[in-house]
Amino acid sequence: MTAQPEVPDGAPAIELRGISKAFGPVQANKGIDLRVSRGTIHGIIGENGAGKSTLMSILYGFYRPDSGEILIGGNPITITDSQTAIRAGIGMVFQHFKLVQNFTVLENVILGAEDGRLLRPSLSRARGELKRLASEYELQVDPDALVEDLSVGHQQRVEILKALYRQADILILDEPTGVLTPAEADHLFRILRGLRDEGKTIILITHKLREIMEITDNVSVMRRGEMVASVTTSETSPTQLAELMVGRKVLLRVEKAPAQPGAPVLEVRGLRMVDAAGVERLRGIDLDIRAGEVLGIAGVAGNGQTQLLEILGGYPEAGAKIEGALRLKGQPLPLTGSDAGARRKAGIGHVPEDRQVEGLIMDFSAWENVAFGYHDAPEFQSGWLMDQSAIRADAQAKIEHFDVRPPNPELAAKNFSGGNQQKIVVAREVERNPDLLLIGQPTRGVDIGAIEFIHKRIIALRDAGKAVLLVSVELDEIMALADRIAVMFDGRIMGERLPEEATTADLGCLMAGIEPGTIAPQDAIPPAALHVPAEGA
Amino acid sequence: MSLTKTLLASASLSLLPLAAMADPALIFDLGGKFDKSFNEAAFHGAEKWKAETGGSYKDLEMQSEAQREQALRRLAETGANPIVMTGFAFGEVLNKVAPDYPDTKFAIVDMVVEQPNVQSIVFTEEQGSYLAGVMAAKASKSGTVGFIGGMDIPLIHKFECGYAQGVKATNPEAKLIINYTGTTPAAWNDPVKGGELVKAQISQGADVVYAAAGGTGIGVLQAAADANILSIGVDSNQNHLHPGKVLTSMVKGVDNSIYEAFKAGTELQPGIKVMDLASGGVSVALDDNNKPLVTEDMTAAVDAATKGITGGEIKVHDYMTDNTCPVQ
Amino acid sequence: MDRMPKWADVILTPLISLALAFAISALVILAIGESPIEALKVMVEGALGSSYGWGFTLYYATNFIFTGLAVTVAYHAGLFNIGGEGQAAMGGLGVALVLLAVPWPHWALALPAAMIGAALFGALWALIPAWLQARRGSHIVITTIMFNFIAAALLNYVLVNLLRPVGSMDPASASFAEPTHLPKLSDMALGFGMEWGKNTPANVSFFVALAACLLVWLLIWRTKLGFEIRAFGKSERGALYAGISPVRITVIAMLISGALAGLMAINNVMGEAERLVLNAVEGAGFIGIAVALMGRNHPFGVLLAALLFGFLYQGGGELALWTSVPRELIVVIQALVILFTGALDNMVRMPLERIFMALRRKGA
Repeated sequence: MTAQPEVPDGAPAIELRGISKAFGPVQANKGIDLRVSRGTIHGIIGENGAGKSTLMSILYGFYRPDSGEILIGGNPITITDSQTAIRAGIGMVFQHFKLVQNFTVLENVILGAEDGRLLRPSLSRARGELKRLASEYELQVDPDALVEDLSVGHQQRVEILKALYRQADILILDEPTGVLTPAEADHLFRILRGLRDEGKTIILITHKLREIMEITDNVSVMRRGEMVASVTTSETSPTQLAELMVGRKVLLRVEKAPAQPGAPVLEVRGLRMVDAAGVERLRGIDLDIRAGEVLGIAGVAGNGQTQLLEILGGYPEAGAKIEGALRLKGQPLPLTGSDAGARRKAGIGHVPEDRQVEGLIMDFSAWENVAFGYHDAPEFQSGWLMDQSAIRADAQAKIEHFDVRPPNPELAAKNFSGGNQQKIVVAREVERNPDLLLIGQPTRGVDIGAIEFIHKRIIALRDAGKAVLLVSVELDEIMALADRIAVMFDGRIMGERLPEEATTADLGCLMAGIEPGTIAPQDAIPPAALHVPAEGA
Repeated sequence: MSLTKTLLASASLSLLPLAAMADPALIFDLGGKFDKSFNEAAFHGAEKWKAETGGSYKDLEMQSEAQREQALRRLAETGANPIVMTGFAFGEVLNKVAPDYPDTKFAIVDMVVEQPNVQSIVFTEEQGSYLAGVMAAKASKSGTVGFIGGMDIPLIHKFECGYAQGVKATNPEAKLIINYTGTTPAAWNDPVKGGELVKAQISQGADVVYAAAGGTGIGVLQAAADANILSIGVDSNQNHLHPGKVLTSMVKGVDNSIYEAFKAGTELQPGIKVMDLASGGVSVALDDNNKPLVTEDMTAAVDAATKGITGGEIKVHDYMTDNTCPVQ
Repeated sequence: MDRMPKWADVILTPLISLALAFAISALVILAIGESPIEALKVMVEGALGSSYGWGFTLYYATNFIFTGLAVTVAYHAGLFNIGGEGQAAMGGLGVALVLLAVPWPHWALALPAAMIGAALFGALWALIPAWLQARRGSHIVITTIMFNFIAAALLNYVLVNLLRPVGSMDPASASFAEPTHLPKLSDMALGFGMEWGKNTPANVSFFVALAACLLVWLLIWRTKLGFEIRAFGKSERGALYAGISPVRITVIAMLISGALAGLMAINNVMGEAERLVLNAVEGAGFIGIAVALMGRNHPFGVLLAALLFGFLYQGGGELALWTSVPRELIVVIQALVILFTGALDNMVRMPLERIFMALRRKGA
């Protein structure tokens, strides 16, 4: 470990001057200036594709800027690779953890920072250091636990520990709360505040305005590769930040008329599912989704929502055992032995949770993606061949209707921003006017402008008398859109609430598997769930 | 050919002079010139002719099946005469090409092509193998002898069948273990697998193995010598490879037949030339290297069998006539 | 955003790779004391300098088109079919059985029947690995390689024990009857009063191969099945979401792939040897992989790459036959071309991309 360079008093922890970076014709960062003061939490907010990730990659040595200057503690520095960044005291916690699953916490912490050829001295030194950090910053993790056995929240702590073990002075966190329950997120924020109070500098990249308001001291807003504003958090408001991000006025609340629920479109009875590995994923789900309403399913990711969507969408995991009954518009719907194509013909549209892996073929052009899943529709055929001009025309219409940018159907899906990709998927599924729309994580990784647009479309579909099943891990989104909220935990519905009655605390309890008002938790709640409220208390 | 020699020889590409008028030519089969076996024997025959007469000849190696006809026609058109080729695979093509060049003489080894300007050189491998079988049966103490073939093709079954007949005629109780190295041309050049097969046969009790497997046989002989059992070589005299460990070699006079064809030149006699035991075309090699291994009893048995075969009292069945073998 | 123009990706990259491969080959030829310029001259003249050379180049290219297309179709479904060798060998068996079983009166009748036989046997040989992959998850690379060996063994058994005429030394089937012999390109040229490529094996199968290129292009980019194959090849999860059955696509894509590899037999077995010999495929199945890689898995690219490899085969053959360059060196040259155009593709592509990006920035 090298000693930290001398820091002149009063110099900002990080200062960027005129950083520019281009990828071909795309200018990802344009003359970025940024000052992050020591001992503060600094938020960076911006739409997808605004250039936040590129900027952080430059700071961590993944990219070299085309021009501009980086100063750490007042000293100019050239960051050529992540090792340089680490030596300069920068630590990074990525959105997708970079942990070795079958190593212990301790092994992961020292990985890449071993000194000497023998592991044992490093290990014992690390163990002591870990103990100290844990007690100092509420970062308790069992050093001998295998990473694969840890909850997501704990894995994130390991990432933070890794950075601290490398004597990071500046900690960069990229969308850290996306995978956490509200309680886990609260805990993380306490840790971050603790670190700040010890003099560490923290950069928090997020798209959640609520978090910015809650925890940061200062916030910088990026838009289209430029830094458009840097403000003190206490002197701004969510509405102002949203406007700065998008460059125009946005509605943060979805305006909608009260729902007019009709007859049930989909009835789910006693749905159970045991996956190929023998794990019970769904433990008896009963749901009714009515015409003209949005049923929101809240819950932390990984509690059976994905399996529910896959079964309803007609493509459950191979080798899974499924029981129960489904009725669509009163007619029985086969549980298995059907495929996604048959579900579409029956009138079920599906916007999948992961547009990049399922909803789109990233290498296909936009027009091919508009036919994806409906490629055997009769209007797209012309004899033995596919009718390309018909598909292109259809795609052009949908792209215009949904304001997909750039409005070029020949462009490959991967060349659109996240929001525009999602618009293509939503356009494809919604424009067919399905009786039931399954929609999973509709705005994950989608910029605010597109979120507003997609939310409006969902409500419009509802108002046209169609049923919508909305699955989202974003509680704000569920609260804004749903006419009824069902909370899923460990393969069951923990409870149903009306959005006007529900509170975040109440829903948070349900999401963690706790029936509010009961002292003892319900039968068979796994221990993993139990310590969440204990720590939150 | 050493690298230095080639380097010194020419800095520019030496387009070999296409055979001048009436120079003989030799075409090797896909196995290549240096296959440690059949093609190499042919090469030695040609070299012997070259050393003796001081003449020159053109030789070609095949790259692919489609080149056979190409090579034959090009050689014939440039005036090479006679054109000699090794391997039955040329039969079909030669049958087609020979009539187009009535003034050129052709010779083919291991195949009969009935054209007025073609000499077909065939060997009675079954007779030589019969003698090898006699010696193997005499030398075996365990009463179990092995046969390791190269690629599983009819020609090698001919060896196998003659060998089996010799073994059974000498010791009707003898057990015979038969293995083939493979079914692709790679089987001709897999000494490692040859060695493994020997070990497998030893574990089944074999104490003499006969390798009719081209380059693979090198591995067979090596593994047999390492395990201190006897082996029998093939095609050329391989007794010297492991003196005192190689019982004998079934020598097939390919080199001689090439030498004679070259020597005959344009006077090459068309028709079928059978290289048999009587004419010395096939034989079992006896020299100083294997003298200690060959008992008087063995010599007597081989002499008796030789007389029987040449005299016609012993009829060694040729597998090729009906694709079957009377003994197993 | 694309990092460089399409023409640079499709034409410039392979050309530079090729130039590098030839440059290194030249050094090797120099090292053994021969002149690379003379060697190149022999290769070009031998393969392209006369109608005779073209007759052979096109014959080899025909083989490579079929096996290259076979790899291409499987590749689009995300499957790496290394079994072209075995599938082509079985296709040969299919051709031989069809042509030996029926006394065909004319080649025009025999050819479609032989094509069906070839395609059927090739497809069936690909079916088992496909089924194992789709249903049991056995990796197709492993199973198709294994099936090459099984095909060799099976063919050997059939030729040695069943199809070989009694008394023949050669493990080969009887020759096909005269009326089934396909017209050679030289015969066809003669029909137009042209002396072209006398005694060369290029035959009417070449046109079948060209038609196959067109049909594969239509299949992949114009049909619903092609759409499903490509979608499945890009994302299996996506295919499931879209109602595309992975089992169905795996099996169908491999059947088509195997059929294309099998179809090669109408060229080498029916068109050239006019009987089934043991080693008829001669590695064309493996060359097909390089051809598909170099052709960017596009039928038109496959056609060009097949012509290049046809040139390498024929030119290399000439070099081995008529000069003192040892034939092992020919294999080295061919291997270098495969290495540079296939395996080391990124070595050329990345610097090239950088150059284009720098140029663009200057221009902007």
